[in-house]
Amino acid sequence: MKNSRRSFLKLAGISALGLGAKPVLNAFASSDEHGPEIFPNQEALTAKRWAMVIDTRKFESEEDFEPIVAACHKIHNVPKLKEKRHKIDWIWIDDFKHVFTYQEHEFLDDRVKHLPFLVLCNHCEKPACVRACPTRATFKREDGIVLMDFHRCIGCRFCMAACPYGSRSFNFRDPRPFVEEENKEFPTRMKGVVEKCNFCAERLAVGKMPACVEASNGAIVVGDLHDPDSNVRDLLKNNYTIRRKPYLGAGPAIYYIV
Amino acid sequence: MNDKNKIITGLIIFIVIITFPFWYNMGKASPVPEPKLTDKAKAAKECVEPKEYMKVEHMQILDIWRDSVVREADRVYINEKGKKFNMSLSTGDDSCMGCHSNKADFCDKCHDYASVRPYCWDCHIEPPKEKK
Ligand code: HEC
Ligand code: HEC
Ligand code: HEC
Repeated sequence: MKNSRRSFLKLAGISALGLGAKPVLNAFASSDEHGPEIFPNQEALTAKRWAMVIDTRKFESEEDFEPIVAACHKIHNVPKLKEKRHKIDWIWIDDFKHVFTYQEHEFLDDRVKHLPFLVLCNHCEKPACVRACPTRATFKREDGIVLMDFHRCIGCRFCMAACPYGSRSFNFRDPRPFVEEENKEFPTRMKGVVEKCNFCAERLAVGKMPACVEASNGAIVVGDLHDPDSNVRDLLKNNYTIRRKPYLGAGPAIYYIV
Repeated sequence: MNDKNKIITGLIIFIVIITFPFWYNMGKASPVPEPKLTDKAKAAKECVEPKEYMKVEHMQILDIWRDSVVREADRVYINEKGKKFNMSLSTGDDSCMGCHSNKADFCDKCHDYASVRPYCWDCHIEPPKEKK
């Protein structure tokens, strides 16, 4: 009995020594070999939690939305497909009653009733699409952006079924022939993958604002929701804003001033 | 026991068919491919990593690059010699295709030989083909 306890303690001691030595060994191993390093761009725009505020009062007619949608679809090589069920959209417009389901009523004021609203991926706090994706192709970045890794998408479309906002489109056919003007700086997609708005992650990474923001003449603002002094927090503090289907608890990060 | 001739003819036909691929390809063994460097690559002298490493591991590097860029939002790669690259397959001057813009004479030379067909080009846009 005594003996076995002794040997157990010895063993435990040796193991503990081994564990303690590992970092030291690692340090040795890395000190003589100077491997490659990988890090973000210095000029990248960052936030603790990205969010967007759309001031719908600054839009007067349907034509006002066109340059915004066009800017996004052009830089991301989004194809223009005529047939409704094949359509691919990253950002588009829809009526109040469709956008803000259950928040409409018979006597809505004329502006809200007749003016379309911009819709896009809501980059939810608790994204249903991320939970539905079996390959983790859709994931939420630490800064709140819900992104797709197209390389991993197997086209199962669970995410499309999960998304309560219809923010996702499926490539039923090869999109290449329907891209009007190819932007060489961004890959297209291929038949059999899902796609959606990426909050212009590729532009933020090089210090540029999202394309819709740039094309909106100040009607769309993005910023850090967790920074009390940020532009979006300022807008949210001083204006009444609504979000899409808040009762679902997904926590959308796109706010609308109506 | 009178079928000896039939059996032998049958055997000969069988052997001929079975060995057909061998003598059909005789003397036609394709030479080991020699990927051509563009003038721009020649001027740069060195790839992202040493040539021997690139030859064997370039698909690993691409895999690391794409995961870093898409999933970690890291876009800068600094190799052992301290040279900086903007991690990209097909976008920008220091992307793979920025230097190796002659895809047909470079990447495809090896890939055709090895019968690999990376599907990257279904989405990533190839550099425009040089006019000859
Ligand atoms: C700065 C220009 C430059 C960039 C960027 C670059 N290469 Fe290279 N690459 C070269 C040069 C120069 C060589 C020849 C090196 C030598 O001969 O030592 C080379 C060699 C190679 C080889 C070996 C060719 C052979 O003959 O065996 C492969 C494979 C390769 N590159 C793939 C890539 C891939 C994949 C990328 C992107 C991850 C890339 N290169 C990015 C310049 C570049
Ligand atoms: C020296 C010859 C050589 C050159 C040059 C070369 N490759 Fe390759 N590449 C190969 C071989 C061989 C394989 C297959 C390796 C295997 O299957 O293990 C491969 C595989 C790949 C793969 C993985 C494909 C898959 O389906 O797994 C990618 C991606 C790739 N190469 C990209 C490139 C790009 C881009 C270039 C040009 C910049 C390039 N390669 C140039 C020889 C080459
Ligand atoms: C379904 C479409 C699709 C396919 C297929 C695809 N990619 Fe991509 N890839 C993208 C998109 C979209 C991005 C995001 C670009 C960005 O954010 O700048 C990207 C980004 C990348 C990046 C980092 C950024 C850049 O500009 O290159 C690398 C590296 C990359 N892919 C490598 C590959 C390789 C290697 C293959 C083939 C084995 C491949 N990709 C196949 C769509 C695709």
